[in-house]
Amino acid sequence: MRYLPLTPDDRRAMLAKIGAPDIDALFRDVPREAVVPVSAFDLSETKGEIEVERILSRLAARNVAAGSVPSFCGAGAYKHHVPSAVYHLIQRSEFLTAYTPYQPEIAQGTLQVLFEFQTQVALLTGMEVANASLYDGSTATAEAVLMAQRLTRRPKAILSGGLHPHYAETVETVAGLSGVVARAPVAPGRAEDIAALIDGDTACVVVQSPDVFGLIRNLRPIAEAAHAKGALLIAVVTEAVSLGLLESPGAQGADIVACEGQSIGNGLNFGGPYVGLFAAREKFLRQMPGRLCGETVDASGKRGFVLTLSTREQHIRREKATSNICTNSGLCALAFTIHLSLLGEEGLARLARQNHARASQLADRLARVPGVDLVTPAFFNEFTLKLPKAAAPVVDALATKGVLGGVPASRLLPHEPAARDLLIVAATEINTDEDFAAFETALTEVLR
Amino acid sequence: MSMNNQGRPSQPGIAQDNDIPTISGDRGLDLEARLIFEIGRDGVTGVDFPDVTVDDTRLGGLRRKGPVGLPGLSEPEVIRHYVRLSRQNYAIDAGLYPLGSCTMKHNPRLNEKMARLPGFGDLHPLAPRAATQGALTLISDLMTWLTTLTGMPAVAMSPKAGAHGELCGLLAIRAAVEARGEKRPRILVPESAHGTNPATAAFAGFSVDEVPAKPDGRVDAAALKAKLGPDVAAIMLTNPNTCGLFEGEVIAIAKAVHEVGAYFYCDGANFNAIAGRVRPGDLGIDAMHINLHKTFSTPHGGGGPGAGPVVLSDRLAAYAPLPLLVADKDGFRLVEDRDQLPAGARPFGRMSAFHGQMGMFVRALSYMLSHGRDGVRQASEDAVLSANYILASLKDIMSAPFGDGPCMHEALFDDSFLEGTGVTTLDFAKAMIDEGYHPMTMYFPLVVHGAMLIEPTESESKESLDRFIAVLRGLAEEAKAGRRERFEGAPRYAPRRRLDETGAARKPVLRWKPDPLPQAAE
Repeated sequence: MRYLPLTPDDRRAMLAKIGAPDIDALFRDVPREAVVPVSAFDLSETKGEIEVERILSRLAARNVAAGSVPSFCGAGAYKHHVPSAVYHLIQRSEFLTAYTPYQPEIAQGTLQVLFEFQTQVALLTGMEVANASLYDGSTATAEAVLMAQRLTRRPKAILSGGLHPHYAETVETVAGLSGVVARAPVAPGRAEDIAALIDGDTACVVVQSPDVFGLIRNLRPIAEAAHAKGALLIAVVTEAVSLGLLESPGAQGADIVACEGQSIGNGLNFGGPYVGLFAAREKFLRQMPGRLCGETVDASGKRGFVLTLSTREQHIRREKATSNICTNSGLCALAFTIHLSLLGEEGLARLARQNHARASQLADRLARVPGVDLVTPAFFNEFTLKLPKAAAPVVDALATKGVLGGVPASRLLPHEPAARDLLIVAATEINTDEDFAAFETALTEVLR
Repeated sequence: MSMNNQGRPSQPGIAQDNDIPTISGDRGLDLEARLIFEIGRDGVTGVDFPDVTVDDTRLGGLRRKGPVGLPGLSEPEVIRHYVRLSRQNYAIDAGLYPLGSCTMKHNPRLNEKMARLPGFGDLHPLAPRAATQGALTLISDLMTWLTTLTGMPAVAMSPKAGAHGELCGLLAIRAAVEARGEKRPRILVPESAHGTNPATAAFAGFSVDEVPAKPDGRVDAAALKAKLGPDVAAIMLTNPNTCGLFEGEVIAIAKAVHEVGAYFYCDGANFNAIAGRVRPGDLGIDAMHINLHKTFSTPHGGGGPGAGPVVLSDRLAAYAPLPLLVADKDGFRLVEDRDQLPAGARPFGRMSAFHGQMGMFVRALSYMLSHGRDGVRQASEDAVLSANYILASLKDIMSAPFGDGPCMHEALFDDSFLEGTGVTTLDFAKAMIDEGYHPMTMYFPLVVHGAMLIEPTESESKESLDRFIAVLRGLAEEAKAGRRERFEGAPRYAPRRRLDETGAARKPVLRWKPDPLPQAAE
């Protein structure tokens, strides 16, 4: 087996040194009745690279890659161009095959990247501090709600109807255990009056902008209403590129920001791994979940970086930790940091403007199709259309015409009658005019 | 044009003096990197886009008013920066990385290539069902491998790491307890457990009751049984445990746990010692997460991403979270809605958006297909053999608290061999850095004083193990000979000397900020 360096002679010599007659002797603590022969496993035997590559390539070929057809799926995961330099750098052995940086003297590469990542996330979200990443946007949102419950010592979280339904379900699963999670009604294309729902038990309101339908929400009045009643505003962003064109959640008064970072540096990967960005006001630092990297000096006075404030974390505080998280999304955070470093201020601004311009053009084209209405008056790179019939079969019909025409809202909200005819459509810098024409033509035909 | 070296050969005999500071701050191949915020500037970018103007009519009045504050860098600058940074990291590809309980085994590059096939890496999670059949088939194949290797009937695929898997398992247990109309607020956790175990139990709303270890490094089964009762929801046991030992009483423990109506959660971080040889399902386990980034070699990436699927017994399978993967006449589909559940399913909720760490699934299946069932078993045997070889080769000079019998995939030492030397476990570990090794796991598990937990994995050749053993023997001899200076200042030959962690925590600096503008002269 090509990954196993020991030879039969090595194994014999090692057993002799140990003083064991055979390998079974080393497993003597295992109850005999629990040991099974290898034939007990109905699985295949060792295979070479050629064979494994053939098997997996065939499986891959049965999927429709977003880059292989006109593709307009978003709703929390976005197809963007990832520069070649990102793929090259994140596959360097020194980044790819290192562990969590527990030995800072020989992990300054990872640690400095995390420090740069934290700085970028804080700048992008308009917040004071950011952590070294969580699993993804949805789990970051759940952690934000738990943090708000700890900070306010209040039980209730109010979720906007525009929050991605998968995020809402994730929050309900963990924050509903010891608290209360209330979901505001879904109002596609409109900003609900969430402020009216805030009461004295409310720990936080959770508002996504742009929301799951693509609508840009004004967070300022919600922040004011929340703060007036002693509650916190958690802002959720599923499309990180939007922060290059839109006012940051921090500037609008958010207390905690949970953001999906996939859009920058990371592929679609059928839903994971992604990277959760988590930022907050500095006064909430001690209640933050996850790892934090801090600047310090070494014994010779050189600047260096270490993991810090770990008394919040599970390996020190055990059952009193702020979160149980250990492994996070290190390599995805690295990809995010490298891509954002490549973009810089000007590149990000251009990318964001281009996304909005492309989506605007596409919205205008598709709204021309008979029976189709644009539901979202303000959007970044994603908008919602009302079709003259149920959207799910339309999407399937579009797929047979070689167009991945977005996400039917009913896939995310199966019990919401208002969602039945809604189609969530994203356009990015990837999409060409030809893609737009193909989509418009296919949609016209399918709806005819 | 080539350089003419004739007549000016290098002079290897000249004495080296490392104490002459360089003008640049770099030293030969040891290259420093400033922060991107210190080298970037306005008006430069590493990505070219056409500059389009957009009007504000569809931005809801929320167009950004000021810059983000990001530095501008060209592509060559960005590449040089991150290549320089990468060279300040130790990595498994560069040398033995014996972090106990973390399983730093070889990460095959075939797996990286497979995960980046466009059909996987560029597949949208909400693409129509017909466009994702290959991906769903892959998940199903991986589920078959995981359930077969563990002898468990079901597996929840969505947890994103080990601790997330623990949460998934405990939430399934909580749902099962509630479905029986019972209240069971307590979870029993051995004191040798990973910190994530008690943290997860608390996270899931349980109180944590610690179970002591016996002097032989195993959990005290009698004490555990004495703590069992109708208010106990589950025990969380790591097996093989964090001392690198197999819990030989595991079957009896499972029986006792089940007799009081509780569930048996197993922390599967150490499954790599027994995969292909022992099926956790045969041990009476009800739920166990599998760290794909440990046992099945998906790269650790400097702290993730991981993946932590959870295998479930018949008693818990119904409570697995959404989404569920089911097969029908048209192939596979994901059940994401409670109204379409297969018979008997009672999911406790959802762990995260979408359907789990697909990128890690591809890598793990690539590993499994490559090894096959025979290779998986051989890998476990080699991991255990290598750890025992290290234990046998070092226990005369270092101190092995449980060294009388064989260990599993990791060898545990304590610091009693350093007694009276003035050298601590930390010093010893830092001296290993100067020898070109990543230190072992230190001060964990907590049940042993000054613990040093060595996990060589199956990826090392005998020559590599022998060299490592020789170095540790040499260091132990140096410590015992009273040569403290080697240890106290270590590491000397790393990119940084010891760092001031206390200072970092006292006055946290967690992000770069521009220097304040100099005050204008009055």
